Amino acid sequence: MPEGPAPAPVTQRLRVRYAKRGRLRFTSHRDISRAVERAVRRAGIPVAFSGGFTPHPKISYAGAAATGVASEAEYLEIGLTETRDPARVRADLDAALPPGLDIVDVVPVGTGRGDAAAKPGAFTDRLEASEWRIRLDGVAESDAAAAVAAFMAAAIIEVERLTKKGRRRFDVRAAVSACELDRRAAEAADAPCAILRMVVRHSTPAVRPDDILTGLRQVADLAPPSPPLVTRLAQGPLDADTGGLADPLDPDRETGLPSGDDAGTAHGHERPRPGDTASADAVSA
Amino acid sequence: MPVESLFPRLEPLLPSVQKPIQYVGGELNSQLKDWDEAEVRWALMYPDAYEVGQPNQGVQILYEILNERDGVLAERTYSVWPDMEAVMREHGIPQFTVDAHRPVAAFDVFGVSFSTELGYTNLLTALDLAGIPLEAADRTDDHPIVIAGGHAAFNPEPIADFLDAAVLGDGEEIVLAITEVIREWKDEGEPGGRDGLLLRLAASGGVYVPRFYDVTYLPDGRIQRVAPNRPGVPWRIEKHTVMDLDQWPYPKKPLVPLAETVHERYSVEIFRGCTRGCRFCQAGMITRPVRERSITTIGNMVEQGLKESGFQEVGLLSLSSADHSEIGDIARGLADRYEGTNTSLSLPSTRVDAFNITLAGEFSRGGRRSGLTFAPEGGSERMRKVINKMVTEDDLIRTVSTAYENGWRQVKLYFMCGLPTEEDEDVLAIADMARRVIAAGREATGRKDIRCTVSIGGFVPKPHTPFQWAAQCDHETVDRRLHALKDALRGDKEYGRAIGLRYHDGKPSIIEGLLSRGDRRVGKVVRAVWADGGRFDGWSEHFSYERWTVCAEKAFADEPVDLAWYTVRERDEVEVLPWDHLDAGLDREWLWQDWQDAIDETEVEDCRWTPCYDCGVCPTMGTEIQIGPTGRKLLPLSVV
Repeated sequence: MPEGPAPAPVTQRLRVRYAKRGRLRFTSHRDISRAVERAVRRAGIPVAFSGGFTPHPKISYAGAAATGVASEAEYLEIGLTETRDPARVRADLDAALPPGLDIVDVVPVGTGRGDAAAKPGAFTDRLEASEWRIRLDGVAESDAAAAVAAFMAAAIIEVERLTKKGRRRFDVRAAVSACELDRRAAEAADAPCAILRMVVRHSTPAVRPDDILTGLRQVADLAPPSPPLVTRLAQGPLDADTGGLADPLDPDRETGLPSGDDAGTAHGHERPRPGDTASADAVSA
Repeated sequence: MPVESLFPRLEPLLPSVQKPIQYVGGELNSQLKDWDEAEVRWALMYPDAYEVGQPNQGVQILYEILNERDGVLAERTYSVWPDMEAVMREHGIPQFTVDAHRPVAAFDVFGVSFSTELGYTNLLTALDLAGIPLEAADRTDDHPIVIAGGHAAFNPEPIADFLDAAVLGDGEEIVLAITEVIREWKDEGEPGGRDGLLLRLAASGGVYVPRFYDVTYLPDGRIQRVAPNRPGVPWRIEKHTVMDLDQWPYPKKPLVPLAETVHERYSVEIFRGCTRGCRFCQAGMITRPVRERSITTIGNMVEQGLKESGFQEVGLLSLSSADHSEIGDIARGLADRYEGTNTSLSLPSTRVDAFNITLAGEFSRGGRRSGLTFAPEGGSERMRKVINKMVTEDDLIRTVSTAYENGWRQVKLYFMCGLPTEEDEDVLAIADMARRVIAAGREATGRKDIRCTVSIGGFVPKPHTPFQWAAQCDHETVDRRLHALKDALRGDKEYGRAIGLRYHDGKPSIIEGLLSRGDRRVGKVVRAVWADGGRFDGWSEHFSYERWTVCAEKAFADEPVDLAWYTVRERDEVEVLPWDHLDAGLDREWLWQDWQDAIDETEVEDCRWTPCYDCGVCPTMGTEIQIGPTGRKLLPLSVV
């Protein structure tokens, strides 16, 4: 059987911020990658393929929120064989995805000039921390406040979790740079609940929101009666002064290439900021 | 009356179950219609897990056809896994549809598609979770009409007690006809209640209502008679045949799952029916005559289906896909059209034929190279004559040699064990054949890395086939032959390591045999197994042979029949078979003659290219073979 022609080379790389919202938070990472591959085909985006007997589309993912966790800030990178307007890609890809998997921002990766941003791994290095929102239904504000205070007052909180390498015991406190109650959001919610917001540094082993909930239970017996609703609000470089997160796509925007997010429109300056949410249940800090 | 979504109650429970995405719905091309605007509402079920049921073509086609109609609504439901079942029972959540998460009991019709009998216990789980009484006789005017379809519905007797109705054959036209009957009955104020509606459906001759037929038995356990128990009900129920597949080009908008499923591709049925005449094959017997979809319709469906779905693979389905009269043009046309787009084409169910290697070559041009699978079914020449699988060992060797020469390194071969008249040496002949395959591959290529995989399953005699009278082989014999085959392959120093063997033990086939050829008395066994926790019988990790045998023993304690009576017993010509009143169009005398021919090792040609041999279908059903060639060509797509 004849070998096929060599695959067309990548001429443009796009970094994409996407959200998984509502009931689509139950998609797994593999579900999302299949959905994105199909959406790319339906949208007619000229994705590059690897060579070999089973060519794969060149789409790579920077981490992924767990199944059941919603997110406003997931990232993927896609290689194209032809240059496309990022704003157009954003609109087309978003339209081809099922509602709930939504494209938030598309930015071209700077090429040429030996740009460090184009090196593999460089982007995931920018994702130093995540901002999380955890909604705890049926938990009283005073209980949650006491738990958060106890948690932040502790120097070390060790929890146990089954990881791929077996049962591991690790500290969850050090990774948490901020943790507070969002009282205004809780008051506006449709049911009695407490809402936590926190900034957690990415580390190994990863400290996940459920590890922090385990920690809260250990230090303050905080035991929510129903499963928590966890949303990743942002990922990005951690600003040591403010404790906040910067937009990890900003360095790409600064290369001078046109921005994918509504660039050239009347809303050109209103690109999403970490912590912004477009979902209906958005809360303000 | 508004019916509320169960999703708000379900959502907080989803984090606690495996693969929650399967219960969420929201797939691309799924549809949500207004409940109150619909006059007739169908809940469609494939009684297996979402990952198996979602890709089912039958359910997808009916879902689309029904939802296209004004005033008609269809939603889908699948079997929930035991972890979800436990959660639903704990929280009082009924069986729900994945589209709008409405309770199944609120619909007018609950239509269940059975590809296999092993879904029967799952039907009971769904009915019970839905709050619908298991026995049809206990249902009231408030409950949906429970209708079975699919191939297993050609003998629905083992689940007759749980069904209000069954439909035989192609579903496209009959679901709409049933919908009209229900709409009229509702418009008229539901005269006669539930029985009134069922009587209207039964009177049409195309819907079987088991409750309107009485079965009487002889003292020795055989059936004496099956007869209507009220006027206006026909003696025989006919299957439905769609005569122009080009008029029904579905699915147009395939459902694209978020969850991972067993087949993620756009599938087009390129023809329906098969007249190859393989005697073990129920599908080939009950779907006659052959009706081809035209090359142009196929081309249009593939184009639209890929555009609507984003799938990367196209499957050209049928019972023997390379038999389409224009398959060469279809393959070349599609390969040309999708060259360079990383779209792969697959052709399941191909015969052992060197031509198919050319086809497979065309198909792997556009993307991934799919595997090559051939199904000689029987290991010895004699066995293949009995089952009427007309392929010689030399044909096979020629075919696989061509495949290996053309770059394939591995082929898969399918066989059955426990066929009528089979002896140990017929199964051992599979080992000889596999050795010849490897030897031929090594010779053709000069390479050592040639492989073949032998996959072998237990044979189950099926209703409406020439083997419907045959004794099923007991599982001890099947297992002994499979082990002998395994030993023969493993002990082979020269070829053994190049040959893989995949097989299942013979016990599940015996239960499938009970459910395939059973009568209404088997319903008690199904119910007992379900009550004892039996679920997902098609999954080896859930299936329990012991549970089935214990329940069968108890259920048949006062009957002159037992598990062996239903399975390993040969029937004679005059015995009334449980499905004799259900008409697949096949002439009973022809089936019997074909059974005698099988025993005599006499083969029958395909009626597409030899004279009619009077199987009976065309005259009985008023149908005819529809094949090309049309002479038309697939046009390449214009680049947008």
